[in-house]
Amino acid sequence: MHEETVYEALANAQDDGHWAFGTGFDEPLAGVDTTVPDGVDPTDLGAYCLMLGDDALVLAQRLTQWMTNAPELEEEVAIGNVALDLLGQARLLLARAGSVGVLGRSRELATDSVPDEDALAYFRAPGEFRNTALVAAENGDFARTMVRLLAAATVRLAVLARLRDSRDPVLAAIAAKGVKEVAYHRDHAARWVLRLGDGTGESHRRAQDGVDAVWPLLADLSTATDVETRLAAAGVAVDPADVLDEVRGVLTQVLDQATLRVPEWPPAAAPRGRVGEHGPELAELLGTLQGLARQHPAATW
Amino acid sequence: MSAPTLERPAPDETALQRQFDATIAADHRIEPRDWMPEGYRRTLIRQVAQHAHSEIVGMQPEGDWLLAAPSLRRKSVLLAKVQDEAGHGLYLYSAAETLGADRADLTDKLIEGKQKYSSIFNYPTLTYADVGVIGWLVDGAAICNQVPLCRSSYGPYARAMIRVCKEESFHQRQGYELLMTMMRGTPEQRAMVQDAVDRWWWPSLMMFGPPDDASPNSAQSMAWGIKRHTNDELRQRYVDMSVPQAQALGVTLPDPDLTWDEASGHWRTGPIDWDEFTRVISGSGPMNAVRIARRRAARDDNAWVTEAATAYAEKHGA
Repeated sequence: MHEETVYEALANAQDDGHWAFGTGFDEPLAGVDTTVPDGVDPTDLGAYCLMLGDDALVLAQRLTQWMTNAPELEEEVAIGNVALDLLGQARLLLARAGSVGVLGRSRELATDSVPDEDALAYFRAPGEFRNTALVAAENGDFARTMVRLLAAATVRLAVLARLRDSRDPVLAAIAAKGVKEVAYHRDHAARWVLRLGDGTGESHRRAQDGVDAVWPLLADLSTATDVETRLAAAGVAVDPADVLDEVRGVLTQVLDQATLRVPEWPPAAAPRGRVGEHGPELAELLGTLQGLARQHPAATW
Repeated sequence: MSAPTLERPAPDETALQRQFDATIAADHRIEPRDWMPEGYRRTLIRQVAQHAHSEIVGMQPEGDWLLAAPSLRRKSVLLAKVQDEAGHGLYLYSAAETLGADRADLTDKLIEGKQKYSSIFNYPTLTYADVGVIGWLVDGAAICNQVPLCRSSYGPYARAMIRVCKEESFHQRQGYELLMTMMRGTPEQRAMVQDAVDRWWWPSLMMFGPPDDASPNSAQSMAWGIKRHTNDELRQRYVDMSVPQAQALGVTLPDPDLTWDEASGHWRTGPIDWDEFTRVISGSGPMNAVRIARRRAARDDNAWVTEAATAYAEKHGA
């Protein structure tokens, strides 16, 4: 390797091809057919994209809280991977919501230079977010973080696997890519739940505490919103009730093998997160996520 | 410590030493199972460990902006970068392990202050422009330091550095690209960039270490092919590259004495405040305590996780 040329090449090169992420802002859905399928209300479609996109964005933010604090360097890399995958899914889904005109009140604050995905991520109020309580909850310790990731990834994988056949071509494409990613997330979390559940006395206690803290949050996933019901009937979305058996089966299998007690499944309840009802932990998370962008609404980054 | 009488090499060791010297003279690589003088091994472990520590501690200044990055694209770019640094730390600890060191032991030495890391990471990141300036100047200086190490005489270190340098070059471009975008933005954004340059320029010059006449270990490291250029040579190369980049960006480097020396074809800086360097590297920088406290917490608060993984592996023969 010739040392002068390496540095000079990167100091002088103007060719964008060498940049890891490109130098301009690429429209994330560029080249994809974004026509809304016949008989589907674009407002419903956009609202559904926000549900899946906000789940990904909020969980990515929670996982990112572990960066520089993780138990091992290998885990910094792994958690970074999972968060990056979820951020990528969030960007596509929020861009899709924006492309069908679902921007909520974000455009009242965001200037035109802010792309849709950022208008939605940075300029909506907590009550406009559509994520479930499962992803918004605090991380807790590493055991609870991994139990939550296991539960969230199991649900998401079951949903994305079905969405590969969605009548919306954009959702189908996002799901096809996402299935591979989320299968890894679920596997990574399951391996940790096994190690912690069947590791030492302390790790078993912490893993069980994590399970007991996470399980009640699953109530927020049991009942479809009206939007999900309508879109499921139209072959576009997945009714969350349809994946519950699969989710319970996977989680029970992992917990059994991890020598952890499986709590009773929480009784079905009316959706909360999906209709914008959140606890203070989401407002706090969004305060950090949105603060800088909101201080400079006319800035480009 | 062994008694002085034992230090004279045994006859077969003389032959090994000759072979080692010949390998170095021919500019070939020393590999983990080759014989090497203890001083060479010790020096390399210190240097590689210090480099690994720098990657890991270096995740923190920028990591502080991960949760608040102002766009989802910037958040992805920064997360990928911080993740790369964890990866660099892993390669480098692995390279140190090929010399007989142990990662956990090196981490303990970092936390106990027995081994150092680059003093640049003891400065705080006050605005998002710092993320860009760290990419441009700090990673730029790191590349200047590290590209010659791709030819280091120790094989595993040299090979690790090739990969590290490729990734660092992406980081530098990303940093510079963020700054270019901010300079095209609002007046507040331009002011942020200039402020960050004002704070990071001098510390980045100190990243090359003390001047040659005050660098005690340089001569031996150069003789061993562990180091390829002196601190001052590398610093000069960095200054010569950075000045035109600053001009292209439209920022002023905070050095009234910075002048172009026509005769030598080099940019000349004013005097560097080496007292500040000594203060920061000896632990009195603005963020030293915070950086080490976070490493200590990551180790101690999560020790039960590592214990559980070990216990599980023993039970299941994994």
